[in-house]
Amino acid sequence: MIRRFFCIALIGAILFSSGLLSADEKTEKYINTLTELGYPAPEENQLVHIPPTMEDLEEADVHPELKRVIRRGYDLFTNTQQLRGENVFNNMDCSSCHTGAGRMPFSAPIWPAAVTLPDFRGKNGHVNSLEERIAGCFTYSMNGKPPEYGSDKMVALTAYHSWLATGVEMYPDKPIYGRGFPAPDRPEELSYSRGEQGYNEKCAVCHSEDGSGLQVGNQTVFPAPWGDGSNNWGAGIVRLFTAAGFIKNNMPLGQPNSLSDQQAWDIAYYISSQERPQDPRYTGDVEETREKYGPTFHKHSRYGQIREVDGKRLGDHENTGEKDFLKPDTVRSRTFE
Amino acid sequence: MKAIPMILAVLGLVAQPGFAQPAPEGNAERGAEVAAQCTACHQADGSGKHIEDGESWPRLAGMNAAYLAKQLHDFQEGTRQNAAMAPFANMLDDQQIADVAAYYSQMEATTGQGGADADKATLERGQKLAERGDWSEYIVGCASCHGPGNRGAGDVAPGIAGQHAGYIEAQLQAWKAGSRNNDPQDLMGSIARRMSDDDIHAVAVWLANQNAATE
Ligand code: HEC
Ligand code: HEC
Ligand code: HEC
Ligand code: HEC
Repeated sequence: MIRRFFCIALIGAILFSSGLLSADEKTEKYINTLTELGYPAPEENQLVHIPPTMEDLEEADVHPELKRVIRRGYDLFTNTQQLRGENVFNNMDCSSCHTGAGRMPFSAPIWPAAVTLPDFRGKNGHVNSLEERIAGCFTYSMNGKPPEYGSDKMVALTAYHSWLATGVEMYPDKPIYGRGFPAPDRPEELSYSRGEQGYNEKCAVCHSEDGSGLQVGNQTVFPAPWGDGSNNWGAGIVRLFTAAGFIKNNMPLGQPNSLSDQQAWDIAYYISSQERPQDPRYTGDVEETREKYGPTFHKHSRYGQIREVDGKRLGDHENTGEKDFLKPDTVRSRTFE
Repeated sequence: MKAIPMILAVLGLVAQPGFAQPAPEGNAERGAEVAAQCTACHQADGSGKHIEDGESWPRLAGMNAAYLAKQLHDFQEGTRQNAAMAPFANMLDDQQIADVAAYYSQMEATTGQGGADADKATLERGQKLAERGDWSEYIVGCASCHGPGNRGAGDVAPGIAGQHAGYIEAQLQAWKAGSRNNDPQDLMGSIARRMSDDDIHAVAVWLANQNAATE
């Protein structure tokens, strides 16, 4: 198994091999750690990249001012609550979903965006830049209003994303190992009540039974999987397969891959059947919105559907959570004309 | 709160989710009387003591009351074991547990002891583990559960900043060895088992030198 990795593209590892380990040994160790935790080994031909850490940054031969800006980006990424009320209107930090400060495979590591964009994105139907991709997570996952394109905050964030991609070629032609939140196979049947039971047994200790999570002071310790403190109905994680993939690969915290596929999907189904702030793309009518964004998005979510336990239509409300607007003006189409 | 059929609740047959103990209200004044039996080890100010090369006594002052009460019940039920401590837990009834937990939780947190002579590299490693973790080894940072500044997160995870180095190290080793396993869902054990002895030492000495009190 392990021997195969030597022919896989080993990129970051070469630059950041620390201390006594060679790049190959470092990658082997990294992959061993992941496979022991139940993650799949890379397939032949997949691109494996070990993003540099903040300690590597200190050692790196880059302009001190760039280091400062990358540190600022890291700080914004891991404590995004500092932008609460300005750009963020829920309890999330970026690292609430992109664990390990955006470095972890199977937890949507963020560096791939820096080497695969600009590219066409189905969600909004035009070519997006890295800044626009980040703006997307602000708009939906943070239920917020993205910092201005080109602003200090945006540049600091993109600098951090790009730094994590150090050494990877632009537009790589190989598929990326551990990208996104790979979903386990969807079981035949999903159950709300099994999901509820599983959630209360395995998740509520931290995220609380009512899904509100836990904040201490003005910092988030346990983010809110639903409710006003959570992402809105337009966020990628409301899609069942994305939620199931996130949960299977990352939760309960510290125990990845400990749930069965059935448990992960049932719990995803339960969480995705709870209320949250309105989708910023809302047209004023939930069925119309579901129809409009069904093919690209909502066919995978519970938005606009009837919840079996109480007959309630999900997403049929005007609640935008903590913010007093529906759609930030960065949500717009582009024509490039 | 879902309604629990009364008869089951009375018989204590319903498993409580999470940490919820069907606990009586604690009264700190009455707790002070109970605590008279604890000062030999935990000290009059609740500071406990770091004992180099021996068994340290944890600081209780300023700790979360629900957490303290849970530990005392766990000692009674034998899910947490310690020869020095168990007899004292066994003396207490549920009301006294609630009272003494309230008493210690309202005391001002004292400072951690131990690890004053730790070298810079050890402290840096400890800080990294405590604040950010080492995800390359899948060691989740302590603050992810123990909250900002590792000063505790609700009733879930207690404050560990400003706890004594010897005590922190002993607890992590106990989880690693499987002799402490009273944590909910093996949450703490899953982390401790991934840590080397050096990492356990590093994080213990760094945490002992941090402030337990909220700024
Ligand atoms: C509620 C969960 C959540 C939060 C919070 C969140 N994201 Fe995301 N992010 C996602 C999901 C889901 C995806 C899509 C993953 C996929 O492709 O399946 C994603 C994708 C991304 C990508 C693209 C990764 C790739 O493979 O191209 C970037 C970059 C990104 N997010 C940055 C951010 C930033 C910056 C923040 C904070 C402002 C943030 N995210 C907050 C859920 C979240
Ligand atoms: C030990 C506490 C803990 C437990 C138990 C736990 N989580 Fe989490 N969860 C976290 C933390 C902390 C984060 C933020 C990620 C990070 O800091 O690494 C998170 C993030 C999340 C997120 C993304 C952000 C959000 O709130 O939507 C979801 C979804 C989630 N957890 C679901 C679950 C599910 C489902 C379970 C049970 C199978 C679970 N968690 C168990 C602590 C926990
Ligand atoms: C003979 C010394 C001694 C006495 C007296 C004593 N304790 Fe302890 N206590 C200990 C030791 C040692 C530990 C750590 C046990 C372990 O390592 O698991 C401890 C642990 C505890 C803990 C768990 C703390 C934590 O952070 O998890 C609580 C709570 C506690 N004691 C309360 C009390 C109370 C209340 C009394 C008096 C009724 C008392 N103790 C009397 C030695 C003592
Ligand atoms: C996934 C969540 C999680 C993470 C991450 C975590 N802990 Fe814990 N820890 C807990 C929980 C929950 C408890 C409480 C156990 C109980 O109720 O008995 C605990 C208890 C402890 C205790 C016992 C405290 C006492 O007073 O007896 C120590 C010491 C401790 N943790 C240290 C650490 C250190 C050091 C780290 C980082 C290397 C860490 N923890 C990371 C969840 C976590």
